Amino acid sequence: MTYTISVNGVDHQTSLPADVPLLWVLRDEFGLTGTKFGCGVAACGACTVHIDGEAVRSCQVQLGDVWGKVSTIEGLGQPDNLSVLQQAWLDNQVAQCGYCQSGQIMQAAELLANTPDPSDADIDEAMQGNLCRCGTYPRIRAAIHDAAERMKA
Amino acid sequence: MSKLKKIARRTFLVGSAAIVGGVAFGVYKYRQDPENPLLSDASSHVLNPFVFVNEDGITLIAPKSEMGQGVHTTWAAMIAEELDVELDQVNVLHGPPAAAYFNSALIGLALPFLDYKVTGFQENLRGYVGEAGKLIGIQVTGGSTSMKDGFERMRQVGASTREVFKQAAADRWGLNAADLTTKAGLVTAPDGREAKYTELAEEAAKLEPREVELRIATEWRLLGKSQPRIDMLAKVTGTAEFGADIHVPGMKFATVRMNPKRSGMVRFDASAAENMAGVERIVDLGDGVAVIAGNTWLAMQAADAIDVTWEAANYPETTDGFFAALEDGFANEANATPRDEGDVEQVFEGTRITADYKLPFLAHSTMEPMNATALYTQSAMTIWVGSQAPLMARDAAADAVGLPKESVDLFVPYLGGGFGRRSDTDFSTVAARVAKAMPGVAIKTMWSREEDMRHDSYRPAALARFRGVIKDGQAVMLDGQVVSKSLLDFGGADRENVSGSFDQPYGIPNYRIRGYLADLGVPTGYWRSVGSSINGFVFDSFMDEMAHAAGRDPLEFRLELLRREHEPSAKVLEAIKETSGWTGSTPDGVGRGVAFTYSFGTPVAEAIEVQDTDDGIKITKCWIAADPGIALDPSIVQAQLFGGATYGLSAAVMGEITFADGEVEQFNFPDYDALRMHTTPTFDVHILQNNRFIGGIGEPGTPPAAPALANALFDLTGIRARELPLNKTFDFIL
Repeated sequence: MTYTISVNGVDHQTSLPADVPLLWVLRDEFGLTGTKFGCGVAACGACTVHIDGEAVRSCQVQLGDVWGKVSTIEGLGQPDNLSVLQQAWLDNQVAQCGYCQSGQIMQAAELLANTPDPSDADIDEAMQGNLCRCGTYPRIRAAIHDAAERMKA
Repeated sequence: MSKLKKIARRTFLVGSAAIVGGVAFGVYKYRQDPENPLLSDASSHVLNPFVFVNEDGITLIAPKSEMGQGVHTTWAAMIAEELDVELDQVNVLHGPPAAAYFNSALIGLALPFLDYKVTGFQENLRGYVGEAGKLIGIQVTGGSTSMKDGFERMRQVGASTREVFKQAAADRWGLNAADLTTKAGLVTAPDGREAKYTELAEEAAKLEPREVELRIATEWRLLGKSQPRIDMLAKVTGTAEFGADIHVPGMKFATVRMNPKRSGMVRFDASAAENMAGVERIVDLGDGVAVIAGNTWLAMQAADAIDVTWEAANYPETTDGFFAALEDGFANEANATPRDEGDVEQVFEGTRITADYKLPFLAHSTMEPMNATALYTQSAMTIWVGSQAPLMARDAAADAVGLPKESVDLFVPYLGGGFGRRSDTDFSTVAARVAKAMPGVAIKTMWSREEDMRHDSYRPAALARFRGVIKDGQAVMLDGQVVSKSLLDFGGADRENVSGSFDQPYGIPNYRIRGYLADLGVPTGYWRSVGSSINGFVFDSFMDEMAHAAGRDPLEFRLELLRREHEPSAKVLEAIKETSGWTGSTPDGVGRGVAFTYSFGTPVAEAIEVQDTDDGIKITKCWIAADPGIALDPSIVQAQLFGGATYGLSAAVMGEITFADGEVEQFNFPDYDALRMHTTPTFDVHILQNNRFIGGIGEPGTPPAAPALANALFDLTGIRARELPLNKTFDFIL
């Protein structure tokens, strides 16, 4: 059957089997490669996207189960139109290899949506599912605090 | 050269206008430089392989793999500094694999003298040996060598190119080039006339570049100051293209099953997989099976459904078996004794101490699993691969499919972590062989995390035996033996196996280090900081034991020995004393440890604080002080130092690859995890610039992390852990 899912406000259609994870629909079928494959078992957070604003691991959501509107890093902001959070990430020079950063940013976006002024403990709690092998955590933390400040203004 | 011309044209979108540059000289001593990969035929004018100007703009070539270390930014800044262009004015591209992009510094690292004692003569020798790198044509990003490699050459490229633009303008205006000024890609005359570099390109191409005196550091605009990374915008918007993201119209997606016992394949039965959704082709690789499908996940599902009988392992079946082989290695003659000062065999008075250390195999565990995309036709192949060694990858991929290497084009996108793993060629050759099964179709072969973790080239396990003598609070003798698999594996004495032990700038009068080799059979490779990842832990742990045996403060004990030998090293430890407020004592429930390792030309000291909590031990704080000679980009240097330390701490706390039945027992991150947001300490990074020569920065932050943590845990608990990972001995908050 054909599935229609909304990604970043645009309807996409696919006839892939129902059990294909959203991650691989986004990447291989829709060409939205900002969302990354890291582990396939919800252990690293590289594939984090939002469904109706909720941060989910897209490697664990089957195509047939997508329950709402999907948004990905590409929908958060574009190079010529950055979101406040991405601007904070840029200004804090967070990324090293950068492979995990889409997932980190999508996770942080959900945190800030629910907790506009997160404490360090809030950041620890929200971000601990997102692995970074380059060890960019100190700058991720700084960027989240920075974005929270900017969003207040 | 027609193929390279093609690459250049495709990669750089060369228009009809002339292409111009200066000539890369300065360190080039051989009359005949390697062929310029951007040079194609008599009708174009590329004079050097690093600067590329046409009417559309200025492109700088940074032929170093960008794996997070910021090399593209600083490499471009080295050229831009002298060229007088701004970083936001230029495009920066990796460029094609080519011998012209040889790594002069990496070859020099294999020389057998003490790095920290390098003299002008030896530095020249290093440059000379670096010429061998040009002949061999290695283009490798590794060994923390990029800045050493590029620092003189790239500034000279920028300066000589700038001067030909000035000369071209001078000729045009009938003025003296010396009276002209340059800024932001513009030549300006005293009377206010201006010409853009891009407009001058064709005329400048006809001029002979000359060697130019380089600007002194106090005149720098870009170097020595933190620059916005040129890859940052792409990396915060998901638009950075990694190997995993390569898209070619009509492409297919594949995955591979390889022998977890790392040998051949007896048979396989793919009947269950053949009819699964999306499957297009089952590929018998001889030593493994690949599935090509319309979607990566469907390929992975089908690959899992293949029933394979693997050949047995050609190495010990269990972890204990490997350690027994290592123990046996001590019975061999020493392979390398690169330091033997004084006489460690004499009879000493004083307190004798001994310690044995045990370190596990480690996986690299990059965030981006191994992958490559290849498009094979009968006569040619194009391969896109995040490789740290693109020339070797190209040649290996060509061999794998039976094409001459000239018929293979290779592109290097961003690397989702390297850490040494991506200097191997296996993921390139696998992708090439898979692509050969479907000529004319681009195929991305993506390894599952499980394949990646179980088919790594591991940091080898190691054992060490150290003994020492303390008299009157002083270290009078240190004698260390380290056994592991050969790390460089070039044959002969492998000093890399004892790097981090033999080359430490401590003035111990009787000081010997011997390396022993054991052939462990299983694939091993370079793991961030290589030999120093092993020796940094055992050597500095032993220094800590010596300090405690001497009844001395561990920081002061090290400091006194460093001052005798190498002032810049002493100064990084003094900096740690200052920044951490080191007093030698801590409140109850808090422990502190310090460690020092000189590696890749850069002395690094780290102090770590740990805290006992109801939920376990928490690593709270890490202070780092390092001296890379010149910090070309302080923000990037800082990131490499705390990133390198975090990589070392992850391994120290929980990194361990084990074997059972000849197979690695770790499959995915839940079995082989790393520090995360809540378990990573806060960092205080201090950069010094007293060292005479420019040092590496991507790796030196890693070696002192494990001993600093173990030393802190000793301070906290009184328990001395001589085996890694430390979660075997301590309960951490995880």
